[in-house]
Amino acid sequence: MLILHCPYCGVDADETELAPGGEAHLKRFGPDSSDEDFEGYLFHRENPKGVHFERWRHANGCGKWFHAARCTTTMEVFGTYSAQLTEPPKEICDKISGKRPGWSWRIFG
Amino acid sequence: MSTRLASGGRLLDRAKALEFSFNGKRMTGFQGDTLASALLANGQTLVGRSFKYHRPRGIVASGAEEPNALVNLGQGPRHEPNQRATTTELFEGLKATSQNHWPSLEFDVGVINNYASKFLPAGFYYKTFMAPRLAWKHVFEPFIRQSAGLGRAPKDRDPDTYEHFYAHVDVLVIGGGIAGLAAARQAGAAGAQVLLIEQTAHWGGRAPVDGAEIDGMPSEAWVRDTVEALEAAENIRLRTRCMGAGVYDHGYVLAYERLTDHDPHEGLPRHRLWKIRAKQVVTATGAIERPLSFAGNDLPGVMLASAVRDYAVNYGVSPGDRTVVVTNNDDAYRTALVLKQTGLEVPAIIDARFGSDGELVQAAKAAGIRIEFGRAVAKVKGRARVEGVAMTTQAGEGAVLEEIACDAVAMSGGWSPVVHLWSHCGGKLVWDADQAHFRPDPEVAPVGADGQGFVRAAGIASGAMGTAEVLADADAAGRAAAEATGHKKRRKAAPKAEPESPAPMAPVWVMPQGAGEALRSKMWLDFQNDVKVSDVELAAREGFESVEHTKRYTTLGMATDQGKLSNINGLAVLSQSLNQDIPQVGTTTFRPPYTPISMGAIAGEARGDIFQPLRRTPMHDWHEENGAHWEPVGHWRRPYCYQRPGESVEEAVHREVKNTRQALGFLDASTLGKILVKGPDAGKFLDMMYTNMMSTLKPGRCRYGLMCTENGFLTDDGVVARIDDETFLCHTTSGGADRIHGHMEEWMQTELWDWKVYTANLTEQYAQVAVVGPKAREALDLMGGMDLSAEALPFMGWAVGEIGGFKVRVYRISFSGELSYEIAVDAHRGRAFWDALLEAGAEFGAMPYGTEALHIMRAEKGFIMIGDETDGTVIPQDLGLDWAISKKKDDFLGKRAQARSHMVDPDRWRLVGLETLDGSVLPDGAYASAEGKNANGQRNVQGRVTSTYFSPTLSKGIAMGLVKRGPDRMGEVLEFPKIGGEAVKAKIVSPVFYDPEGEKQNV
Repeated sequence: MLILHCPYCGVDADETELAPGGEAHLKRFGPDSSDEDFEGYLFHRENPKGVHFERWRHANGCGKWFHAARCTTTMEVFGTYSAQLTEPPKEICDKISGKRPGWSWRIFG
Repeated sequence: MSTRLASGGRLLDRAKALEFSFNGKRMTGFQGDTLASALLANGQTLVGRSFKYHRPRGIVASGAEEPNALVNLGQGPRHEPNQRATTTELFEGLKATSQNHWPSLEFDVGVINNYASKFLPAGFYYKTFMAPRLAWKHVFEPFIRQSAGLGRAPKDRDPDTYEHFYAHVDVLVIGGGIAGLAAARQAGAAGAQVLLIEQTAHWGGRAPVDGAEIDGMPSEAWVRDTVEALEAAENIRLRTRCMGAGVYDHGYVLAYERLTDHDPHEGLPRHRLWKIRAKQVVTATGAIERPLSFAGNDLPGVMLASAVRDYAVNYGVSPGDRTVVVTNNDDAYRTALVLKQTGLEVPAIIDARFGSDGELVQAAKAAGIRIEFGRAVAKVKGRARVEGVAMTTQAGEGAVLEEIACDAVAMSGGWSPVVHLWSHCGGKLVWDADQAHFRPDPEVAPVGADGQGFVRAAGIASGAMGTAEVLADADAAGRAAAEATGHKKRRKAAPKAEPESPAPMAPVWVMPQGAGEALRSKMWLDFQNDVKVSDVELAAREGFESVEHTKRYTTLGMATDQGKLSNINGLAVLSQSLNQDIPQVGTTTFRPPYTPISMGAIAGEARGDIFQPLRRTPMHDWHEENGAHWEPVGHWRRPYCYQRPGESVEEAVHREVKNTRQALGFLDASTLGKILVKGPDAGKFLDMMYTNMMSTLKPGRCRYGLMCTENGFLTDDGVVARIDDETFLCHTTSGGADRIHGHMEEWMQTELWDWKVYTANLTEQYAQVAVVGPKAREALDLMGGMDLSAEALPFMGWAVGEIGGFKVRVYRISFSGELSYEIAVDAHRGRAFWDALLEAGAEFGAMPYGTEALHIMRAEKGFIMIGDETDGTVIPQDLGLDWAISKKKDDFLGKRAQARSHMVDPDRWRLVGLETLDGSVLPDGAYASAEGKNANGQRNVQGRVTSTYFSPTLSKGIAMGLVKRGPDRMGEVLEFPKIGGEAVKAKIVSPVFYDPEGEKQNV
């Protein structure tokens, strides 16, 4: 039962208020993309033990989507941030580096 | 024989006698008794039969760890199996019965398993019940079903009520022994909001029984004073009979409060499930004594040493006149001293250690108790209860030195901290070789959102042995927890006790150490599931090296007590067999709840009418009053049909279809999803959401649209009306409104966020009625106010206006194939409009119709239904809906996916109509068989039925289905095998059975 801070309405929301939305920062591949790119976009997902970036929606709250950086083993939350960013903000990456030196996730870290 | 002592029993009110019954036998106890203490007081040492071998079993423990004394409680709808007698408080009129025996507790036929135990070793089921298949079905399974389970589940609806309760606190202290009290006291002094919960009805835990002194007074007095002070503090809440059940992520804790189990006549909720968010959790959960593994350690009369003194001190009950104490530590000497002081006999203390000069040992010597060091129990004598013990050398193989007559055995293998709650959420353990137990590793605590530990173990639960150490440890834990939540107002002096200096304990896992197979196969580890030392050793020999595998193979620790007594002993035996250290073998996973909690508490208030919120349309009450046969659709209830007196459901449906086709029908379509999409980019956005081109739709017009997922599969459909240049109203399926609104929001917020568009779910803002049938226009004209002619409002157009004084928006769309107007009014006018329609329609023979008539009429027209024709694997092209997929658009959700090779495969199953040769109705979901068999030896298939009805219009069965290359095979006859064997033959036809030219809807 996680608690995540909704960066839009400012509420520390209980997991019952939230809906998970899977992996963050996927790049969409649409018509005319290669089979490989499209397959990667649609199906290939990280399954990390440790640092992970996810999408969440404050579904039973303000209704807004946001991003969360979290550790899948300890449930530590490194931060939440706008859904309208294509990569994690620097201050969150720095915070993770302080706590999990040498971390990497996809092209980040 | 166990019996009630003439005096003593600190928890008893001897002035208040209580009558209760066990297996129909009337018995008497006192206020303050548990069922277990009262049974012992009445000489009832035999309380049940073991699960596998049906061996006679008695009470072993005095608390939540009890493995044997499980009974049926209550009667009729209040009957509940598997209730622990040790945690059941006695009340007047309590009725308990024993479990797992036939025909009676004293004489049980199943005990035959005991004599056949050689043939029922670990993994017996896995080894035996493999083959042949038929034997499994006809012999093994019925046999196992017959003997599976201890008690029987109640069959009636539970008449009791339950509730949920929410709490947010700074510091939650779990456990109300002296450690929990000390921790709560210090956390409270610091100014934190504290909740202190205790699973039993009493504060203070074991300390008063063990004779501890705190701050110079008897612990009982200290406990009383401390509880009084805590109760007086405004920032501290206390609850007894409230167990910490589970610790979850980010400080979420479930607690289970038993409000009226001890007094079922109060009329209050029976149990309460607390959902607690705590910034810090202190687990002051105490420790559980371990049994010793010697032959016959499961006989009634063999008990934990701590339980023996609990019964003597707390309840004034002696488990026997002559009690032999068997131990590997100093603590058990307390039991010998208590019994001696009570005037009972302790023929000997059999101590596996080579010696001890601890204070308690010296006191026992001074009391004249015979102490035998380096000795062990070779075997407990007796059949249905203890008659004596055979003493041997611990270092030897079991040669009997002496037989000591006794009628009870008090055993102690040392103490294991209760680490369950610490471990639930990731807290790690360390092996403490001195105490031979696992204790919490404070370096690896469960971590909260901030990455810091949020659970602290306190007292003996953290491995602190001895009153002085427990108090210091718990006081520090309470202080640290409060500080971690930002509170450090005041500090109180920690409570103090005299340090003790017991001699070290010695780990003893098998007694005697060289015992052979015969003895080992009578040494019980898990009493409830009948797992013995020999079973675990067999598992190790057979290659089960992982503790998790051994657990499942032998069922060690898998009973309702979850191995509270057996796990460490079993683990030690396994590690010895594997020649590994205990910490190397590790523990199994601790999972919540700590002890079983009632299903009622989990459900709470969510039952009956408030199980789930019910969504009602504005016309709901009218439907209710007029024979609605309800059908759940999402959270809505929709009338399936309106039954008239004397009419079957089927007859009602057929009447409604015919009347709508021939005259006039009204459908409450208010549940239809209505999502407003507005903004300069609204058209562009809908072009992305729908497969169709929506941006070219003219204001005043409607278009049927399809929505797909990125995976290409059809997910929803509905009519889109363009309100003005920047505004669209999207109709969705009744069950899909929230999902589709969420789907739009997701794309809008997370991918297309720079598009200027906004959505609002208006589903409940409008009541909507479909006015359907050849008389629809006449009836609406009678109400007057709006030109609804084909010229003024053509098919697939919409208009605003007034009908019969109601402000309306009228959509000329049809899901039935008839002349049809879907009319929306403000929700609060819905019922009045419905009534006005019924009045105006009366002279045209108008009748309301339900969802089943709607389904039949759409199927007659070959219209698809999301959820019938689609199942998450169907693309629009499969359904012949290519016409609704724009070729002009660069992009829409699902476009790329639909270009994948298997999506354009001509062999895909595609939509066709199916007409049985004999006119019968095809079974729903039936498969069309094909030649040959697949790799699993099953018949190949080539299609399946997706919708099937009896058409009252055509007086025959009609169906739609997905068939391999279906549209290319018109006229072919397929076979659909039915359950039972025979097959129905059906011809592939067009899915449009009625009015294929569409002349009726467009008039």
